[in-house]
Amino acid sequence: MTATLDHDETTEAVPPVARPDGFAGRRRAAGRTRADNYAYLGAFAGSFATTWVLYEHVLPFSGKVGFVLCWYLLLIAFTAGITALIAPRHLVADRVASVVVIGAPAIIGAALASMVIFTVYRGFHALTHANFYTHDMSGVGGLDGLSHGGVLHAIVGTLIEVAIAVAVSLPLGLSTAVYLSEVGGRGSAIVRTIIEAMTALPSIVAGLFVYTVLIVDLHFPSSGFAAAMALSVMGLPIIARAADVVLRVVPGGLREASYALGAGRWQTVWKVVLPTARPGLATALILGIARMVGETSPLLLTTGASTFFNSDPFTNPMNSLPLFVFDAVRSGEPAYVARGYAAATVLLAIVAILFLIARIVGRERRASR
Amino acid sequence: MTATIDAAPRVTEPEDVPRRISSRESLQDRIFAAGARGIGLLVLAIVSAIGLFLGLQAIPTLRHYGLRFFTEYRWLPDRDILGIAAVLVGTLEVAIIALVIAFPLALATALFITDWAPAAARGALIRLVDLMAAIPSIVFGLWGLDLIEPHATHVAHWLSKYLGWFPPFHVHTDVNYPVWNQSPGYASYEGSAAMAAIAVSMMVFPMATAVMREVFSQAPEGEKEAALALGASRWAMVRTVVLPFGRGGIIGGTMLALGRALGETISVVLIISQAFQVKINVLASGTATISSLIAEGYREATPSQLSALLTAGFVLFLVTLLVNTIAARVVARSRHGGATEL
Repeated sequence: MTATLDHDETTEAVPPVARPDGFAGRRRAAGRTRADNYAYLGAFAGSFATTWVLYEHVLPFSGKVGFVLCWYLLLIAFTAGITALIAPRHLVADRVASVVVIGAPAIIGAALASMVIFTVYRGFHALTHANFYTHDMSGVGGLDGLSHGGVLHAIVGTLIEVAIAVAVSLPLGLSTAVYLSEVGGRGSAIVRTIIEAMTALPSIVAGLFVYTVLIVDLHFPSSGFAAAMALSVMGLPIIARAADVVLRVVPGGLREASYALGAGRWQTVWKVVLPTARPGLATALILGIARMVGETSPLLLTTGASTFFNSDPFTNPMNSLPLFVFDAVRSGEPAYVARGYAAATVLLAIVAILFLIARIVGRERRASR
Repeated sequence: MTATIDAAPRVTEPEDVPRRISSRESLQDRIFAAGARGIGLLVLAIVSAIGLFLGLQAIPTLRHYGLRFFTEYRWLPDRDILGIAAVLVGTLEVAIIALVIAFPLALATALFITDWAPAAARGALIRLVDLMAAIPSIVFGLWGLDLIEPHATHVAHWLSKYLGWFPPFHVHTDVNYPVWNQSPGYASYEGSAAMAAIAVSMMVFPMATAVMREVFSQAPEGEKEAALALGASRWAMVRTVVLPFGRGGIIGGTMLALGRALGETISVVLIISQAFQVKINVLASGTATISSLIAEGYREATPSQLSALLTAGFVLFLVTLLVNTIAARVVARSRHGGATEL
């Protein structure tokens, strides 16, 4: 269409070109026309049907992952083919790009939904037993049914370990962030560089560090405290950096206004900077905590997975939810695997609750402003 | 100015001197500044002590094994043969395949959030990506192991059967046997680097998407509208304005995701069958990464082997650090202006 117009010398003389579909009224400024919608629909249905015929009947393929991949590729091809019938080439490129771009989040969404549904489904049987929440695994044999044993010890272990780790790393991390963004000075550049570097420390290496220093060299027993230290080593740089990023976004004009009114540095930080940054800080910190809750590898090396209830982080081994899931699923016993999936569901629920709290804390502030 | 006008008639007044401005901080402020500086330096000491410890641990190992530590692929503590060639290659393979899967998905999702999704849904999508970043890695491991792998092995089988001439897709086995009936003693398709990479790709996807989306959303609105006003379709607008603008974010986000993928442990340990071999056949069963080596090997380790494991961890840390530093540089350079000043 455009190509012919470009070469036509008399373009300016002719009246506006009639559209191919004969529509002559006011031009609608929407991104999509009805023809586009039909093209998408046709491509969607056609590619599904073709994939189904090829995959299930004609060719010797199997497996759902391959089905989805094949469908996605055919959908792109079908969209290109159908759009090419009604639109010029640059619009075909646009429609194909749209299908590619919309398809990716659809695949991710399907993966995410299948992950949550699969975990809850496999763990559902164990979740319906009340003893799952009130018992520990001491004295439970490999073949005992789901009416024996539970994960109370792992839930309590996770809460204690994360609480200690947060109590250590949150004040230190937050103060460091305040130092970096509000006090500054000569040393702060070095501190910031080193902290950014240490966020690269893989969690398993943090676990191995604590295992070597605390348990092997200092003969400290495998315990909840050692696990909390490993989590702190991993979490401190993450929290300091996240808080620093949030504090740096606070507009400098607010600080200057506060100084102009005669406030000191401490008053400015306490009454202006921190309250302004509060929603962002809360979100960043809670997300950091959620990451600590779900971290498994440092715990693997430091807690020495117990099967019994233990609320003392200093003396005996402790268990935690991620570690329980790992051991249970690896054991291969059907009842254990079911408990593992149920514990993973509990873990997901804890993360979701933390996330909700982060949203509420973040939103409450915005509403009152 | 006013002072000179005021002072002019009164000749007897002493000469004007500028008011001395006292910049002495109050006690409260000095305590605050000293306290914050003290904590900052304390954290610096703790954190650099960890790095220093890891670095010092590496010295005896490197002295004992020399450069062979990097070229030896076997890990045989009983015969005092230790090397990280195989695990280093395995780590890179898993991370790179994870990126090959995650990169297109993250790029398209970031574009979808900034330029395709309706404005009302944008906030919810951003939150969903954040939530995905908080999902524990063990859950991704379970999903990859029990839900995806049984289906994904069919794809691996198909790839090795028809595209086996491409070395990474080759599997040393009879490809005409069905997936579920591999002859014993031959490599199967389960527990390979590619299977572990599927789970890892889901873990690094949120990080890559978040960085890319943030940079895309800063693309200049005026230029986007100018492109549309000139008759560009949405894709043409994205191709000519958003993608060139966001190139730094695309590279930086991908490299940050690479840094995360290198250190991923639990989902990899769950899925792979550990084997110390240097091989590029990523679809064949058996691989090992540095983190899986540490997770499986720490328990039986003697002090000298523990030092070797720490050295392997230190190498992993250095590689991650290098990748993250480059990523931070690239992202920082692509940000124009930064935060708005009031």
